[in-house]
Amino acid sequence: MGKTLFDKVWDAHVVDSIQNGPQILYIDKHLIHEVTSPQAFNELEERDIPIFRPNQIVATADHNTPTKNQHLPVKDELSRNQLKQLAENCHKNNITLYDLGHQYNGIVHVMAPELGITQPGMTMVCGDSHTSTHGAFGAIAFGIGTSQVAQVFASQCLLLTKPKSLRVTVNGKLKNGVLPKDVILYIISKLGTNSGTGYFCEYAGDVFENMSMEGRMTVCNMSIEMGARGGMIAPDQTTFEYIKDREFAPKDEEFENKVAYWKTLPTDADATFDKEYVFDAQDIEPMITYGTNPGMGIKISEHIPVLNDASFEKSLEYMDFQKGESLVDKPINYVFIGSCTNSRIEDFRVAANYIKGKHKADNVTAWLVPGSKQVEAQIIDEGLKDIFETAGFELRQPGCSACLAMNDDKIPQGEYCVSTSNRNFEGRQGQGARTILASPLVAAATAVAGKIVDVSKAFENAFEKELMS
Amino acid sequence: MEKFTTLQSRAIPLAIENIDTDQIIPARFLKATDKQGFGDNAFRDWRFDKRGNLNTDFPLNDPKYTGSILVAGDNFGCGSSREHAAWALVGYGFKVIVSSFFADIFKGNALNNGLLPVQVSEAYLETLLNTIKANPETELIVDLENQTIGIKGSDQQESFEIDAYKKTCMINGYDDIDYLLSKKEAIEAFELSRTN
Ligand code: SF4
Repeated sequence: MGKTLFDKVWDAHVVDSIQNGPQILYIDKHLIHEVTSPQAFNELEERDIPIFRPNQIVATADHNTPTKNQHLPVKDELSRNQLKQLAENCHKNNITLYDLGHQYNGIVHVMAPELGITQPGMTMVCGDSHTSTHGAFGAIAFGIGTSQVAQVFASQCLLLTKPKSLRVTVNGKLKNGVLPKDVILYIISKLGTNSGTGYFCEYAGDVFENMSMEGRMTVCNMSIEMGARGGMIAPDQTTFEYIKDREFAPKDEEFENKVAYWKTLPTDADATFDKEYVFDAQDIEPMITYGTNPGMGIKISEHIPVLNDASFEKSLEYMDFQKGESLVDKPINYVFIGSCTNSRIEDFRVAANYIKGKHKADNVTAWLVPGSKQVEAQIIDEGLKDIFETAGFELRQPGCSACLAMNDDKIPQGEYCVSTSNRNFEGRQGQGARTILASPLVAAATAVAGKIVDVSKAFENAFEKELMS
Repeated sequence: MEKFTTLQSRAIPLAIENIDTDQIIPARFLKATDKQGFGDNAFRDWRFDKRGNLNTDFPLNDPKYTGSILVAGDNFGCGSSREHAAWALVGYGFKVIVSSFFADIFKGNALNNGLLPVQVSEAYLETLLNTIKANPETELIVDLENQTIGIKGSDQQESFEIDAYKKTCMINGYDDIDYLLSKKEAIEAFELSRTN
């Protein structure tokens, strides 16, 4: 019987198996950041265990960093301390760190792919659940807890039970105005937030084949929001071209050899999956969420469902929405375009294309937070910064920012924020903040209108089509 | 890691589904660099209102309920991979979490901290929640060796699954690092044998 992409990569990394127990899986790349690593470093130090393979670890500062005045000392004492510890730990252990202000600094899941650290066929982990992002390259990438960070520090391995396999296929042509974010929000709204638990997901079909690497990353990023440990997309020409010539990509002959290997990775035609779902691209429209988990999503043109369920009602109460209502024309005061889901150059291009020649509404505070220093530089080079600033948007410096509101970028109590991030949990963007997840296009349109607009309508007009080209 | 064999305790009912790790420990409390002190902020925004007043409706604040077992709604621990959630629950004093479903990463994090996730059927979860609400003095008995959970004084019990390796670790208080370090030679041999 044939093997899946996941099987091939997993099986190539099994060091040993414990009878009736987990397997020892070798980890190629370990990404770390300031929030989930300090306790792991402490643990090793207390037990007098050295870091086994420091040159397979890359560190960045992202979760806790300010997005303004990054050249100044960090004001918040606790954040400053956490960043200082990361720098000290990396220095002591010979780990590469792209610290605040470094030209390669950025959100861990934006920085690693753009440097060519992420490659097909690899196993990658990070103490952050959205590590699934890197699966866009055909890598097995998943988030781990801090105890596991310590395990990888100590042995470059993890003890894991092989997950089951799940495939989500989307075929057909996406409608105008439908972005990768809408595709994944649609899938999660259909499958729910725990349909993927215990599974590793592969996304297949021509929608993903025709997607850019940025789009694939957006999709794989949110795999965890349906409970899956990770998501993967088969590597192809788009993948190889993206990787080629990046800082840490293999070069010349080595690159050619790698490509030859990477081409063997896609799922065999006769491989089977434990669970399969198939969707039609034509059914997908621009999406938004109305509740407090990412599965509570609807097409903008739809109404909030009417359900009699305590958790559902608690969620609507938090959001101050009514059953059965439409969200179109809801006034919105905050818009956030950023996070490892949508802070790559392509996301800012989409937003800039829409915003160009328009101005944000007076009631709206609009934050644009690039995923990395390199994305920030691109935004400036391509002239997008001018478009944004002319339109009244605020371009900040890279970091996780309002995605998890650990720094000062918090949405105030009770306010709605249309956000391109990945989680709309209670208080995720600040205590009492109400998050509506959407694509960068929907976010940009909301900022301009000062309320939620049905962008699918706008794209029925031919003249708007150029926006998407 | 502390050893775990059996536990008899009262329990706190928290009949909310999809409790994510942002609720268990909000991000603004993740700035510490050690594992201590998270218990004080467990479920912070549900236990206290914005002004810091105790929210008396919340089961953890209800003096009728106490104990080191938390009985929670379906899909517990989804969302962020932060192990701080497990540290917060352990720090608060929980030793067992009962639910009808656990998110993957949370389950692993809990086991790595001696916190036992006990997955029961939806019907049994319902029974547990109703029994505790009807009589908050109810005690539950969790037996890891035999993989059972029951209500004291009732013969209604259910068995639960746990990975055999993880079970041994919990019972003996071992952790994965010890095991992995004992495999160092195999790991080095694997590294040398790789072609891709
Ligand atoms: S942007 Fe948000 S989801 Fe992504 S790594 Fe940062 S905190 Fe996590």
